[in-house]
Amino acid sequence: MLARMTATAASARSDLTEVARSEATLRSFLHGLPGVDQVGAEQRAAMLATRSIKTTAKAWAIDLAIRMVDLTTLEGADTPGKVRALAAKARRPDPADPSCPAVAAVCVYPRLVPVAAEALRGSGIHLASVATAFPSGQAPLEVRLADTRAAVAAGADEIDMVINRGAFLAGRYLEVFEEIVAVKAACGDAHLKVILETGELVTYDNVRRASWLAMLAGADFIKTSTGKVPVAATLPVTLVMLEAVRDFRDATGRQVGVKPAGGIRTAKDAIRYLVLVNETAGEDWLHPDRFRFGASSLLNDLLMQRTRLRTGVYSGPDYFTLD
Amino acid sequence: MSERVAVRKTYKLFIGGKFPRSESGRSYPVQNTNVSLASRKDVRDAVQAARAAVAGWSGATAYNRGQVLYRVAEMLEGRRDQFVGLGVPTVEVDEAIDRWVWYAGWADKIAQVYGNANPVAGPYFNLSAPEPTGVVGVVAPAEPALLGLVSVVAPTIVTGNTVVVLVAETAPLPAVTLAEVLATSDLPGGVVNLLTGRPAETAPWLAGHMDVNALDLTGVTDPGFAAELERAAAGNLKRVLRPPAGPVDWYADPGLGRMTAFLETKTVWHPKGI
Repeated sequence: MLARMTATAASARSDLTEVARSEATLRSFLHGLPGVDQVGAEQRAAMLATRSIKTTAKAWAIDLAIRMVDLTTLEGADTPGKVRALAAKARRPDPADPSCPAVAAVCVYPRLVPVAAEALRGSGIHLASVATAFPSGQAPLEVRLADTRAAVAAGADEIDMVINRGAFLAGRYLEVFEEIVAVKAACGDAHLKVILETGELVTYDNVRRASWLAMLAGADFIKTSTGKVPVAATLPVTLVMLEAVRDFRDATGRQVGVKPAGGIRTAKDAIRYLVLVNETAGEDWLHPDRFRFGASSLLNDLLMQRTRLRTGVYSGPDYFTLD
Repeated sequence: MSERVAVRKTYKLFIGGKFPRSESGRSYPVQNTNVSLASRKDVRDAVQAARAAVAGWSGATAYNRGQVLYRVAEMLEGRRDQFVGLGVPTVEVDEAIDRWVWYAGWADKIAQVYGNANPVAGPYFNLSAPEPTGVVGVVAPAEPALLGLVSVVAPTIVTGNTVVVLVAETAPLPAVTLAEVLATSDLPGGVVNLLTGRPAETAPWLAGHMDVNALDLTGVTDPGFAAELERAAAGNLKRVLRPPAGPVDWYADPGLGRMTAFLETKTVWHPKGI
């Protein structure tokens, strides 16, 4: 399967700029991608999940995972106070231990971006905001673009957009492509993360097509989920997306990041993802600029495991913030 | 016709209302059967289950807790023969059931005995009420296997605590059978967690665990080991019940000490007459 994939990528190298010329060329390119072996992908993800990571390797993985966290709060009940508390936690996740690294980014709704920008000033922590009528994306394009521009103007340097799943599932790929291009333009210098919402795409073939579509349209990151539908990030879905970014770099030379989001709650889960990254895309992706976790409760579990390694006794949730 | 082959029972751990094998996959032989040998990660899982059960169990009404414990006694009564078959003397089984019922009766009475309306010089109702401590780690005594276990578990949970019990290495079979009783009563999963194996190996992890609120060292016979556990327990200021100084008559009236050891008093000032 991999050989076929690489062959496709190589033949595509010359005409990748041309694939979005028309609906027909885009469709034939996306449908020409090799199909995903569902059983094989699930088996490989399950097999890699059994790897045992211990002692110093575990300590390294936990610190890396903390540096990869996009500390997220996306609730209707979010207040400026909660966002400030989250920003403080992002700067120093474990106040009891100065050696604990800061997280990669804080992710909030556009209305709270000014609060977060103020709280994060000078910290070097990125500020991500979901835009484009998150989580459904079911708003007119003009509204979604205005949403994006407002978030960037307020200080967000990373934008998490949702793709138009309705158009994608109906087969109107060019519409999805052009919308991503338009949002990318509205982002300016801000990084664009494209949320595929894999739980609504149903098949791995669709995940692979949506990944390529988003990368062709200029995504800096491809992200699994909004966290607002029942099925969020899974290991096999992330495996398919990691294969896509690897093959895309082989074809074009551009390196796109991956962000699984939703449902990753324990340090053990996070380490499984890191193993998957290393074995699928390679070490180049083991960096916060190339791989992120969209999560909220994950950070506390990482901190508990970190404390356990440092102190030698099991820690408890009482010693970390409620957020 | 060929002779029937009896189905052999696997004695497993009791964590969160389920019967998992040890995470480590280890077991050890007792009375010609294999019993799970718990590891530190089983301790971790058990504490997690016990913590998750605290809110529901301590939040249940005292009357409800009492009813659940009476139900456990009913189930115990039905399994008398099974305990006797494991070598527990009949007199001990009877005493254990009676002990359980006695503690069950205290569920909705302990607050009346240990709670108080305090006279204060001001326009306030001043009330003190006993409240459960939270997650209690218990090192159970080896002898008597069933009565000893019942005598440390029942008084701790009747007031609303949840427990992680390290069963004595030599006496795991009655403990696992007791777990089967608890699982078929209405006791919520996680209120009682029983780990078979070697307390000498697992107790330090339980004593040092920062999410455990109290420690009952009744089953620790070596004073040096008890002191070591007490030092580990000091990490988060656990309440510690020290091992008994001399031999204990488990058949005597147990008194209320084992219940009050894991209670803390909450005092409320409530304005009146305004």
